[in-house]
Amino acid sequence: MLKRTFLKMGAALAVTATLASGASAAELNGPVNYIIPFGPGGESDISARFQQPFFKDKFGQDLVISYQPGGGGAVAWATLNGLSDDGQTIMGVNLPHIIIKPAQKDVGFKTEDLKVFHMFHFTPDAIIVRADSPYMTLEDLVEDARANPAQVTISGSGKATANHLAHIKFDKMADIQTTYVPFKGTGAAVTALLGNQVKAEWGYSTVAATQGEEVRMLAVAMEERHPLFPDVPTFKELGYDMVGGAYRGIALPKSASDEVTGMWSDMIAEINNDPAFRQQMLDNGFAMLDVEADGMEDFMAARSEEYLNDAREAGLIE
Amino acid sequence: MEFGHFLSALTPFNLVLALFGVVAGTIVGSIPGLTATMALAVLVPITFSMDPASALILLGAIYTGAIYGGAYAAILLNTPGTPSAIATTFDGYPMAKRGDGDLAVALACFASVVGGLVGAFALLLLAPPLSKVALAFGPIEYFWLSIFGLSLIASLSTGNLMKGLAGGAFGMLLSTVGVAEVSADIRLTFGSQMLVGGFGVIGALIGLYCIPVLIDLVATPDRHLKVEEDVRSVRIGEAFRIAARSKFNLIRSSVIGTLIGILPGAGGSVAGLVAYSEAKRSARPDQKFGQGEPDGILATESANNATVGGGFIPTLVLGIPGTPPDAIVLGALLVQGVRTGPTMFSQSGSIVYTFIYGLLIATVLMLPAGLLIGRYAYKSIVNIPKAVLVPTVGFMTIIGTFSIRNSVTDVILMLGLGVFGWVVGRFGFAASPIVLGLILGPIAEQGFVQGWTIGSATGNLFGMFFGRPISQGIIAFTLLSLFLPLYAAWRLRKKPQEQG
Repeated sequence: MLKRTFLKMGAALAVTATLASGASAAELNGPVNYIIPFGPGGESDISARFQQPFFKDKFGQDLVISYQPGGGGAVAWATLNGLSDDGQTIMGVNLPHIIIKPAQKDVGFKTEDLKVFHMFHFTPDAIIVRADSPYMTLEDLVEDARANPAQVTISGSGKATANHLAHIKFDKMADIQTTYVPFKGTGAAVTALLGNQVKAEWGYSTVAATQGEEVRMLAVAMEERHPLFPDVPTFKELGYDMVGGAYRGIALPKSASDEVTGMWSDMIAEINNDPAFRQQMLDNGFAMLDVEADGMEDFMAARSEEYLNDAREAGLIE
Repeated sequence: MEFGHFLSALTPFNLVLALFGVVAGTIVGSIPGLTATMALAVLVPITFSMDPASALILLGAIYTGAIYGGAYAAILLNTPGTPSAIATTFDGYPMAKRGDGDLAVALACFASVVGGLVGAFALLLLAPPLSKVALAFGPIEYFWLSIFGLSLIASLSTGNLMKGLAGGAFGMLLSTVGVAEVSADIRLTFGSQMLVGGFGVIGALIGLYCIPVLIDLVATPDRHLKVEEDVRSVRIGEAFRIAARSKFNLIRSSVIGTLIGILPGAGGSVAGLVAYSEAKRSARPDQKFGQGEPDGILATESANNATVGGGFIPTLVLGIPGTPPDAIVLGALLVQGVRTGPTMFSQSGSIVYTFIYGLLIATVLMLPAGLLIGRYAYKSIVNIPKAVLVPTVGFMTIIGTFSIRNSVTDVILMLGLGVFGWVVGRFGFAASPIVLGLILGPIAEQGFVQGWTIGSATGNLFGMFFGRPISQGIIAFTLLSLFLPLYAAWRLRKKPQEQG
């Protein structure tokens, strides 16, 4: 009787020990833990998924994507520096989030805490309307907004995000007043647009790529027109100096060595330079960036200044 | 619709994938803390080397198995394995306590299969028109839907209306902790960074449901679940007969589940809840919902599995994921270069139809697989001595909670909520209202804020909230579910007076 009990306890211990060791073995061996600070399905997830097969192909290891949503990314970023710095764990980062959030309140991390080693793409801001919308050009929307202040409702993902900042900036530039309706994530903002709950959406070129014929992109915030949308003018062409969007990159814990950081910067750069990868990203509406570890400091400084200024003017931070 | 695709779904490789997916999904779903989302996230890279249809079949099978598997822990441990199984605890655990656990597990299997089939058929035959339903639901509709859900909590709290409402309100309060989704405000963190992430649903689920059960198990010397002396080996036949008698309940709940599954963000928990309350409302007088009524399990398990097929409708037709597992499937498809959205049915028709047929086959395979696994699960949980069961389950709850966000904070919050749940449980406060408040709170808040923003911008606040047809229907249902029980009780009280 006692022996049976011990056997059963042993079995239970073995089961739980396998579970526990399974968790740690993955980090010590080859596979890399790629943490996305949001739920699945968003642009951060999609771009990471695109990288996954290329990574396996080029470097022979698995890139295991896991999600840690919470606090709009803050929860994951706050935990980054507590994770192992041997290069087996990397985490996605997003601008403007990692710049604006710490400036607003104590969210558990400061922008400098995150060792960003590569910024590999951005999704340019874009105004999107339904295909059957009366707005055929950006000017139509601006005119309607001027004639009916606050009546033009525009959905977007969250507040203090790229969409929100773009909305504030554009309203200022065009001297109009539109109403921004925040939704939880791009998906929900797109649903609201398609369901005619709002008149337009502050989204990205990726939305237009996914939705295809169902939507019309009025303008895109890039230097030159996006290759996938040769007929869509840039904001600059239409007289509004707006270039930007949400930038995404990858970071390591701060204590990671220079060798590890350099190794990762080179690996991601190699994927980024692969023509097939670039084509896949472009075909899905993304825009490429190639900021590597050595150029990161200047890049972040410039972007920080820009975002913090915009956020201050928008009243999001002091 | 082309039946050629049915044959491609029947290839040996796809069949193996479907079977493996359903079994793996069931096991993952049955462990509280491990979710379908996690299983899919880990297994997606395997699908890169497969053709898109096979990849979809594997992922869909895992998803549907996981939603079914959540019932095991709900029935045997009073802890939903996934949030979709919350409503299954209402009647599942009482059934297990009185010795009908194996019957309950078999019922859950039949119901899940029926629900899954209905959802998959809806996907097959009615996807484009049903996707319009998804779009017609705006922020206001979500707001009223969550108010409806909260009203159901109240009416389902048998005899303890005030405590149920208090629990629901407390759950909503918990949901406000951390970063607000729509305003980026940080609330109720008391300056500490620990609470910035808020109370996760899974952690709260495990804490509020499982910890009190574990504490009670330790506190009493009795067996965990009653086991009949003469082991009735084939309760499957009995379960089948009960299910066949409740055809209408099964179909109605599956339809409810499919429709709610179509709404992005609603989820299996809401579906189970609404189906359960509808089943309760149209119950025969001799049925005692909440005390181990088989129809309760039939309602919730068919509804939550129907959300699998239903959730794929907006995912495939609109490119908008219905639930987090759908979002992962979307990602897997994008990597393969398959463009979802309106053109998917025409351009990639072969992939879509092969997948849907594969999902149907996987759901059918869930019947034998599920019954087998169910019996094994039942036997092991029932026969394991408490001295082994409690530490194992306790350890797994901690690992499960930790694995969600790699966060020790989540584990601490889970344990804290667990002790709290045990304490208030002794005063008659159930876990379900609190968890449902936690789930529905954000939906209600977002819907309200968004609706208010749009309504006040267009100067039509009243019309926004009360003038939309779908909202009016939901409001009517809410009032009905709130006042019908009161009215029925009032009528009952009047009768003796008239006769006397």
